[in-house]
Amino acid sequence: MARVELIRVKKYFDRVRAVDGVDLEIRDGEFLALLGPSGGGKTTLMRLIAGLEKPTEGQIIIDGEVVNEVPPRSRGIAMVFQSYALYPHKTVFKNIAFPLVVEGLKKQEIRKKVEWAAGLLHIGHLLDRLPSQISGGERQRVAIARALVRRPRVLLMDEPLSNLDAKVRHTAREELKLFQRGIGVTAIYVTHDQTEAMGLGDRIAIMNEGRIRQVGTPDEIYNEPADTFVAGFVGIPPMNFIEQDDLIVGFRPETFLPSELISDKDAQRFRLKVERVENLGSNRLIYGTIGKDKVISNLSSRFNSIKEGEEHDFSVLSQDIRYFGKDGARIKR
Amino acid sequence: MRVKYRLEQEGVLALLLLLPVLLYVVLLVGVPFIMSFVYSFSNVTAGNPEFRLVGIKNFIDIIGDKVFQKSLGNTFIFTLVSVVLVIVLSHILAEVLIREFRGKWFVRFLVLLPWTAPIALGTIGYLWFLDSVFSPIDWLLRSLGLLGKPGAILGPMTNMYWLGVPGLAMASVIMVHVWRLLPLGTMILIAGMNSIPKEVIEASHIDGAGYFRRLFHINLPLLYPVIGVTVLFATLFTFTDMTVVWVLTKGGPPPHSTQVLASLAFLRGIHGGDLAQGAAIALFFFPVLSGIAAIVLSLVKKAVVI
Repeated sequence: MARVELIRVKKYFDRVRAVDGVDLEIRDGEFLALLGPSGGGKTTLMRLIAGLEKPTEGQIIIDGEVVNEVPPRSRGIAMVFQSYALYPHKTVFKNIAFPLVVEGLKKQEIRKKVEWAAGLLHIGHLLDRLPSQISGGERQRVAIARALVRRPRVLLMDEPLSNLDAKVRHTAREELKLFQRGIGVTAIYVTHDQTEAMGLGDRIAIMNEGRIRQVGTPDEIYNEPADTFVAGFVGIPPMNFIEQDDLIVGFRPETFLPSELISDKDAQRFRLKVERVENLGSNRLIYGTIGKDKVISNLSSRFNSIKEGEEHDFSVLSQDIRYFGKDGARIKR
Repeated sequence: MRVKYRLEQEGVLALLLLLPVLLYVVLLVGVPFIMSFVYSFSNVTAGNPEFRLVGIKNFIDIIGDKVFQKSLGNTFIFTLVSVVLVIVLSHILAEVLIREFRGKWFVRFLVLLPWTAPIALGTIGYLWFLDSVFSPIDWLLRSLGLLGKPGAILGPMTNMYWLGVPGLAMASVIMVHVWRLLPLGTMILIAGMNSIPKEVIEASHIDGAGYFRRLFHINLPLLYPVIGVTVLFATLFTFTDMTVVWVLTKGGPPPHSTQVLASLAFLRGIHGGDLAQGAAIALFFFPVLSGIAAIVLSLVKKAVVI
């Protein structure tokens, strides 16, 4: 268990600024999800923490110690790779045991620890198999077991669920969270999937173009986005934006409702030209335009009186409206 | 029209396309192999048209022949030492050449160069390098004070006589042969190393493995199939090679210090005119090489393919 601090960390590859001045603190025992679009620098940031890359500038601190010059093996970290990176020629047992063998532990002790980790992840029956003989979900568990068996201070995970099919991914997500709480390891989890980040993270750091745009709890990220990038990236469908004078007005599709449903006086009204209605089963998406801005309303399926082609009065409660400047930054009122 | 449809039938077209290769294999590999097999049981010589089967007399003769025994031993020494050196050195070179550094293309080019030169020409170059009087290597050693003075480490004589002293001659032959096989080994190993997923290597860094642990527990086991192929090729090329030996020493210095099976077969069969005995000697390659091929191929099969 440990605290990780990044101070003005930069990593340039030639002229590409993969990580461009990141300040971030990950608390002891916390599960931090690093969320952002592909190519945003998340994986590079994780590799910097792991020691697989050296920062161009800045400091990486684990438990108060600057580790810039410390090789990966001495940082007390473990990592689960997107491809799992199991050793294809070693059995599951030997894969999990490898970090312990390197440490020079006694055979008996290694067996005990491997069985502990395998039991934790329910893969005790696979120990004699080779990675090529087990399923994707099982490989992912082996990779996590290998990462945990040494009791690392920090557990790094690079999109570990992305190679699993949807069903397995869902259960794996639940287990991962329970499991991280259970052993209380500090975890950093890279993903481009906001559902994963929202569901897993104690806090989420949103990253784009090498910079951290916002750090906060899932609630904060969703309800109080720091800028239009975060507001537009998080949420399915994303936040609606409308230009008004020198401001950008933002509101979530699920707060954008037909006026007859809103009795509160403190609301803003809009005239929506309905272009398309999409029935998704549990809810209904209304696509339309206000002036020249495209917006979406997310309604309950039971509300079915709105037809394509008509114009309709919609409202948003004032408390649900967020204002941004033309530069995208949030303006508090 | 009918001919056109005929050609479209898979069997017919396949046969036509395979024909050149089949002819090549049958005429230039199969026929000579069968001929040498038949010759080895006969009394054929270059000067006598008489042909009579003599059973295994030729084999009994050569097995009892001291020169043959020596050549057989030399062949194994030559092959074993060369292959080990090729594997170790090309592994080192490949490790260097998969890294990024300035001027990498130039080093790669230099490493590949021996492969582009005809073997005989390259070897002739070495013949001058190892010349008994004008060797530049000796010249270098002399100017370093290692040779040619009383009390010098390599002796008071002015020259090493690389190709004139039995042990040195074998070492020279091996050195030149290793030089020639190094590009092949290096290229095969570079390809093999590039096929290991980068993340697997990174995982071993994170799991705490140092260089040697990584080498022996991760890299080498994953490279086994590729190393197997390299050993196979290097062994085949070395075991059957006579160019280097023939150009450098012709099997000398006496008594047959660098004579190998290939050069002995050539010496007896072509120079000596005893085709039957030459064929019998050459036939010794067959069981040895097919044995080696079987072993290496089964090793490759057993190894895990990623």
